[in-house]
Amino acid sequence: MERPLTKHIHPDREPLSLQEYERVGGYQAVRKALLELSPEVVVTLVKDSNLRGRGGAGFNTGLKWSFVPMGPDVPRPKYLVANADEMEPGTFKDRLLLEGNPHQLIEGMILASYAIGADISYVFLRWAYKKAAQGIVKAIQEAYNAGYLGQNILGTGFSLEMHLHTGVGRYMCGEETALLNALEGKRAMPRAKPPFPQVSGLYGKPTIVNNVETLCCLPHIVNHGAEWFKGLSRTQDAGTKIYGVSGKVKRPGAWELPMGVTIRELVEEYAGGMLDGYKFKGALPGGASTDFLVEQHLDTPMDYTSIAAAGSRMGTGTMIILDDQTCPVGFVHNLQHFFAQESCGFCTPCREGLPWVEKVLLSIDRGEGRPEDMNILDFHTKYLGPGNTFCALAPGAMEPLQSALKYFREDFERHIHDHQCPWK
Amino acid sequence: MLTTEEIAQIEHEISLVPQRKAACIEALKVVQQHRGWVSDESLKDTATMLGMSAEELDSVATFYNLIFRQPVGRHVILLCDSISCWVMGYEQIRDHLIQKLQIKYGETTPDGRFTLLPNVCLGTCDRAPALMIDDHLYQNVTIEELDDILHHHR
Repeated sequence: MERPLTKHIHPDREPLSLQEYERVGGYQAVRKALLELSPEVVVTLVKDSNLRGRGGAGFNTGLKWSFVPMGPDVPRPKYLVANADEMEPGTFKDRLLLEGNPHQLIEGMILASYAIGADISYVFLRWAYKKAAQGIVKAIQEAYNAGYLGQNILGTGFSLEMHLHTGVGRYMCGEETALLNALEGKRAMPRAKPPFPQVSGLYGKPTIVNNVETLCCLPHIVNHGAEWFKGLSRTQDAGTKIYGVSGKVKRPGAWELPMGVTIRELVEEYAGGMLDGYKFKGALPGGASTDFLVEQHLDTPMDYTSIAAAGSRMGTGTMIILDDQTCPVGFVHNLQHFFAQESCGFCTPCREGLPWVEKVLLSIDRGEGRPEDMNILDFHTKYLGPGNTFCALAPGAMEPLQSALKYFREDFERHIHDHQCPWK
Repeated sequence: MLTTEEIAQIEHEISLVPQRKAACIEALKVVQQHRGWVSDESLKDTATMLGMSAEELDSVATFYNLIFRQPVGRHVILLCDSISCWVMGYEQIRDHLIQKLQIKYGETTPDGRFTLLPNVCLGTCDRAPALMIDDHLYQNVTIEELDDILHHHR
């Protein structure tokens, strides 16, 4: 089984230095792209590879790039931003790549910048990843010293600056337009789209924001080609994927596996099955803002298309397990507490609706719920759903709620009927 | 009054960005690094340097979870309260800390040693429950280990 992204990651060792990275083929893709391929060819290659955004949205990366204006007369500087603000609860996949092999990310960023003609690039890193920050600072310096960053890279005339920006903590920063506001030193509120960042992004200039894992795929695609990348996958969605499992399993963790392994394989094989005495009740397949899947979905392949067909989203691909001894109402209350707290407060449905949902869930969890509370929860899943709010935060928050109301409705009703939580 | 060192560091951050205001988060970090938190006075001085009103800078400072606008202890305990840590029983860790330190969330021990704050997902969900004290990450935390962990931070 090929594991291109994590092949050189050993969590118990220091990440590869530039020389070590070069020795295992590092920066070959930068040499190949800058010396032999035009930016247009790189864009087409990535488009053909069917690489889809690993941050959760799953949009075709090459297609996203193709909206950036190219040519001599376009606004400059253009920007490339690595979204390393991993704050989706239950998600810890980018940490592995950031701590494990920062040069791979930098190489991916150089390739993406070359493809879109970016002049300046940023790593937008969440504050909590201290070890990653140290590794990235060192790796950027090494890359400058070796001439992979800076002016006239490899004598090609292509120049690129790279900086690390460390955030100060807010979930909204993960949304790409809010991230750009944060980089500009503003409150991290999302912007209206259009204009899309590809045309008017950071400081009003063309900007691409890509997830860390997405960027880390690029050196391998450039080295080995689109067909090879597609061949890594078991399904129609290309590549490998960093999957993760957390919750009451024997071996929680993150693993790079072919795109399309099933939920059952992840839980039973890689995570070693449930802890003794616990049963699988459901899972959020890709972070806090994805719909629950349950036992009937265990054999669903974990790829964008199949998970969507099962009624959820692959999201970040890092799964959170709900076991039979954990109260689903308490579980969803914890999620809604997070979303209510992290709402930026700009639009009314999200600012007012999420705290209402949180309070109702708390009442039900405490045995103080009333039958009409179910109705309140139901209508929020509609009114805070897609199209009714300024950004995707509240609709994302409603995904685990609406699916919990569907699959675990009896558990909610039992709390209300019995005036207590059956799990306490 | 900001110190000469703070001013120099903030000016350096300003030199790296296209607009003075764009350095404001970095500037707040500089102040907090030196003083542990950002007082009203520091906020005003910093805003003046950035060409912003104090209110505008405060709107940024208060938006983010980790810019402290109130004094904190020498060490800040950030306890993850998100979903994987909840499933793995972080609430027991919280209750133990509250009992041991005799403070609630948002409070500082009378000796000024610890401030206890809840924090969103720390991105180490396969080793839950997790907490950070200053820059140190602790994973798979158990109640039995807590005393030892606290002992490292005098």
